[in-house]
Amino acid sequence: MRVNTRDFVQEYTLLECIQCGRCTGGCPVSMKTALNIRGIIYEALIEDFMEISGMEVLWDCTNCLTCTTRCPKDIKPADVIIGLRGYIVGEGKGVPPRVRDALMSAFTRGNTLGFATEGRDAWTEGLDFEVPNVLDAGQTDLLFYVGCTPAYDPRIQPVTRALANVFQRAGIEFGTMGIDEMCCGNEIRRIGEAEGFADMVEGFHEMLQEFRAQRMVAVSPHCFNAFHNEYGELPFPVQHYSQLLVDLLEGDKLVLPHEVRKKVTYHDPCFLGKHNQIYDEPRQILRSIPGLEFEDLDRSRERSVCCEGGGGRMWAEGTNVEERLAHQRVRDAVDLGAEVLAVACPFCLLTLEDAVKILGLDDKIQVMDIMELVAQAIGD
Amino acid sequence: MSDLIKVTIDGRDTLVKRDTTILQAATDLGIEIPTLCHHPALEPYGACRLCTVEVIQDGWSRLVTACNYPIRQEIDVLTASEQVVRGRRMIVELLWARCPEAENLQELAARYDIETPRFALREGELCYLCGLCVRLCDEIVGARAISFVSRGVDREVGTPFYKVSEACIACGACEFICPTGAIKVTDVTDKEPRPLLLDFDVGLRGRGNIFIPFPQAVPNVPVIDREHCLHFQANACGVCDVVCPPGAVDYEQEDEFIDVEVGAVVVATGFDPFDATRKPEFGYGRYPNVISGLEFERLASASGPTKGKIQINGTEPKEIVFVHCVGSRDKAGAATGAGEEYCSRICCMYTAKQAHLAHDKISGARITVFYMDVRAFGKGFEEFYDRVRAEGITYRRGNPSEVYKRGDKLIVRAEDTLLGRTVEVPADLVVLATGVQPRADADQVAEMMGLAFSDDGFFAEAHPELRPVDTHRPGVFLAGTCQAPKDIPDTVAQAKAAAARTIVELSRVREGVA
Repeated sequence: MRVNTRDFVQEYTLLECIQCGRCTGGCPVSMKTALNIRGIIYEALIEDFMEISGMEVLWDCTNCLTCTTRCPKDIKPADVIIGLRGYIVGEGKGVPPRVRDALMSAFTRGNTLGFATEGRDAWTEGLDFEVPNVLDAGQTDLLFYVGCTPAYDPRIQPVTRALANVFQRAGIEFGTMGIDEMCCGNEIRRIGEAEGFADMVEGFHEMLQEFRAQRMVAVSPHCFNAFHNEYGELPFPVQHYSQLLVDLLEGDKLVLPHEVRKKVTYHDPCFLGKHNQIYDEPRQILRSIPGLEFEDLDRSRERSVCCEGGGGRMWAEGTNVEERLAHQRVRDAVDLGAEVLAVACPFCLLTLEDAVKILGLDDKIQVMDIMELVAQAIGD
Repeated sequence: MSDLIKVTIDGRDTLVKRDTTILQAATDLGIEIPTLCHHPALEPYGACRLCTVEVIQDGWSRLVTACNYPIRQEIDVLTASEQVVRGRRMIVELLWARCPEAENLQELAARYDIETPRFALREGELCYLCGLCVRLCDEIVGARAISFVSRGVDREVGTPFYKVSEACIACGACEFICPTGAIKVTDVTDKEPRPLLLDFDVGLRGRGNIFIPFPQAVPNVPVIDREHCLHFQANACGVCDVVCPPGAVDYEQEDEFIDVEVGAVVVATGFDPFDATRKPEFGYGRYPNVISGLEFERLASASGPTKGKIQINGTEPKEIVFVHCVGSRDKAGAATGAGEEYCSRICCMYTAKQAHLAHDKISGARITVFYMDVRAFGKGFEEFYDRVRAEGITYRRGNPSEVYKRGDKLIVRAEDTLLGRTVEVPADLVVLATGVQPRADADQVAEMMGLAFSDDGFFAEAHPELRPVDTHRPGVFLAGTCQAPKDIPDTVAQAKAAAARTIVELSRVREGVA
C-alpha cells in the first residue's frame, strides 16, 4: 500500500513538525517495539510516497494519546497512526486477524467480542430489579449506555451491575437500550475504519429519534470518549460513571457507610485521563470510601502509563508480546505497597488482572474497578 | 555617690553605669568572654556557667558568672586567670560529655585543649539546656509553648505533658536560635511551618522577617516584612532593634510615594521565568532534584544558598541532564497557558554555560544536554558551544518527553532522534531550561504607561525594524526583556539605545522643538 504523502501531510498538518521527538520519547511502547511515530512523520515529510504494507508496528499503537499530549506544535501523531491504519483497513490486506474479527463482529452483531446480539442484556441477571428499556418506555432521565465489554465480559458484568444498583438506590430514573444497543465504535474508529464508524454514529442518532433522555452515562471511558467527543451534537450531556458518582456523592444521593480497610492506588485509564482530563473524580470517589487508604503511583495523571488495552490492542498483541506495560504497572503498584490497584475502565481491569495472574502476584494485589470498591462501601 | 562606677577588667579601667553586667562591660571594652546561654535580647540567665570570671573585691577573690553579675561597686575582674581557665575548662568538659556531637562544643573543647572528656558520654544528645529556645518563646514570642520539664538528669526541653502544643504559633524561632539543632519546630507542633523564602534565591534559601533582599540591592540595607513580622503583627519581639549596634532599626518608617516630573520614561520591567509546574511530565515541583535554570544559576553562584556548591539536599549530583526548550517553542502549550510559542533566545546559551559550570565544579560528572536545535547565534556563542562539547559534555538530539523515578534515580525518557531510538537516561539532577515569559503584572504597567502588546504578550515597540525602542506614546521607551526575550548583550545594546533616544527627546524639549 503506497500512501500519497503530499495529501497526507496536508491533512494532518505535518509540515509544522520540528522533529523534536517528544512524541516518540513519551510513547509507552517505543521502548519495546520499533514503532517510531516521529520517524513515520519524518518519512511522510521527505518522501512523496510511503510504503506501509507490512508495517506491523502500526498495530502496536494503543492510542493512549501521550504523543499528542506532548507535541509542542499541536500535531496529533496518534491520529496519524489511525489515518495510516485507515489505508490498510481500506485495502483489507494486512489487518491482524483478531482485529478483523472484532471489526466484523461489531458490524454484524453490534459488539466487538463475537457474542450473539441477543445476549447483550445478560449482565442484568442477578439484579433484584428490572432494568427498564428506554425504547419501550420512550423516555427516561438517564440513558445508561452499557457498552460491549461491560455487557458481555463475565469479569466486567459485576461492575455494570454495581453501577445499575447505585442508580436504583439513588432513585434515578434510568434505562438502557437493551439488546438494541450497538457498539459505540470508539475502537473501530481507532482501528482506522472511519466509514464504518460514521455509519455507527448515524445509526445511533437514528435510534435517538425513538426516545428522549435528559443525560447519558457510560461504563467504559472508551465509550464515553466516543460519545463525548466524536458523535457530533447529542441532545443530552454525556458523563463517565465516575463523574456521575461524584455528583451523587456531593448531593448526598450516594452514601458509603461501610469501611473498606485497604491500601489502594489508582491507574489512570488513557481514555479518561489523557483523552478527557478526568483525573480528579475517580480519586475523589476513592477518598470518599471510609477506611480506605489512598496513595498515587509515581507515574499518575497525565504521566500515567498505558495498560496496552486501547486503540484496538485488546485484539492485537503487537510486535512484542513478551514485555507488557501492564506488568510494570502492577509491579509499581506492588512496590507502593498497595493491596488494590483500582481502575475505572474495563480494558484496564482485564489487562492489569491478566498481568497479576501472569506475574503470580494474586496473593499480593487485586485489580478492582472503582465501582466494585464502591459496592463494598455501600454494603452490596 | 557618682553615677559611674570604676571597674577594671584584665587590667583595663572603664567607667560603667550601676547594674551594668560584667559581660556587657567586657564586651564594650572588646574583651571576649565565652557564653552559650546569653543573648542580648533576653534576660540574663546564667545557665551555662561558661562566662565564669574572677572578681576581686576588697582583697577577696571569687568566681561569678559575668552575664548576670551587676556591677554595683568598684571591682577588679580577671576573665582569663588560671583559676578561671581551669574552671571554664571543666565546664566545657562537662558540657561536651553531655553533648559529644554538638559542633560548637567541639570547637570550644579544641580551644581549651580538651581531647576527650573524662566523663561518661551522652551519645545522641544535642541539648545542653542553655534555655535560649524556652526563653525566646516566653520573652520574645510570648507563646510559652515550650518549657523545661522533669528534674535533675532527666531535665529537658519539651511541651507540657509532652503533648502537641496548641500554644505554638509555628514561628520557628526555637529552631532558629538553637545553636546545635536540638529542637525542631515539628517536635513542638503539628501546625505546618511556613518558611519564608528568599525570592532572589528562587526560594532555595529561607529568610528572616528582616532581611537584605539581594546582595546588590539599592539601597543595600535590610527591610522588614511587615506582613510576617511579630513586632508589627503582635507588638512583640523587637529583637532586631535590640541587637543592631547603631540603632538603625526604625519601626515608624513608612512607605513613601514620590511624584517626579520627567521628560521621558524608559520601561525596563523585565520578564517572569516560565513556571515549570505547568509541564507536569517533567516532575518539577514533585521531585526535589528537578530544578529550573534559574535555580541552577543560584546553586552555582558563590553568593547563592549553597555558596556555589551544586548540591541537592547536601548531595552532589554525578549524573546531570539538561533539558532544552521547557515552555518555549511550544505552540500547543501557548493555547492552554502551558508554554509560549516563541523561542526564548537565552536558554541554549545559559544551558551551555551551566553545563560547563557543572563540569567545572563536579569532577567526573556525566553531563547530558538534550536539545532540538542549538541556537548559538551571538558573538562567540558557537565557539563556546564547541568548547563545551570539547569538555566532554554530551549533546543528544531530542527533546525529552518525561521524567520519572526509578529507585533513587530520576529517569529522563527521550527519543534520541539521531539514533531513532527511545532512551532512558538516569540522572541525579535534571535542569529544565525554563524560558522567558511576559511579566504577570504587565497589564498594570501597560495601563499606567499607555503601552500596547505584541501577539506574544510583550510590550510592542513602535516599529520592529525602524523604531525598536520607541512606543506609540511619545516620551516612553522600552529596554530589555519587557519588549521581547533577549540576552545580556542585546539587553545592554537596547538599553543604551533607549537612553540615547531619551536624550534626543529631552534636548528637543529643552530647545523648544517639540
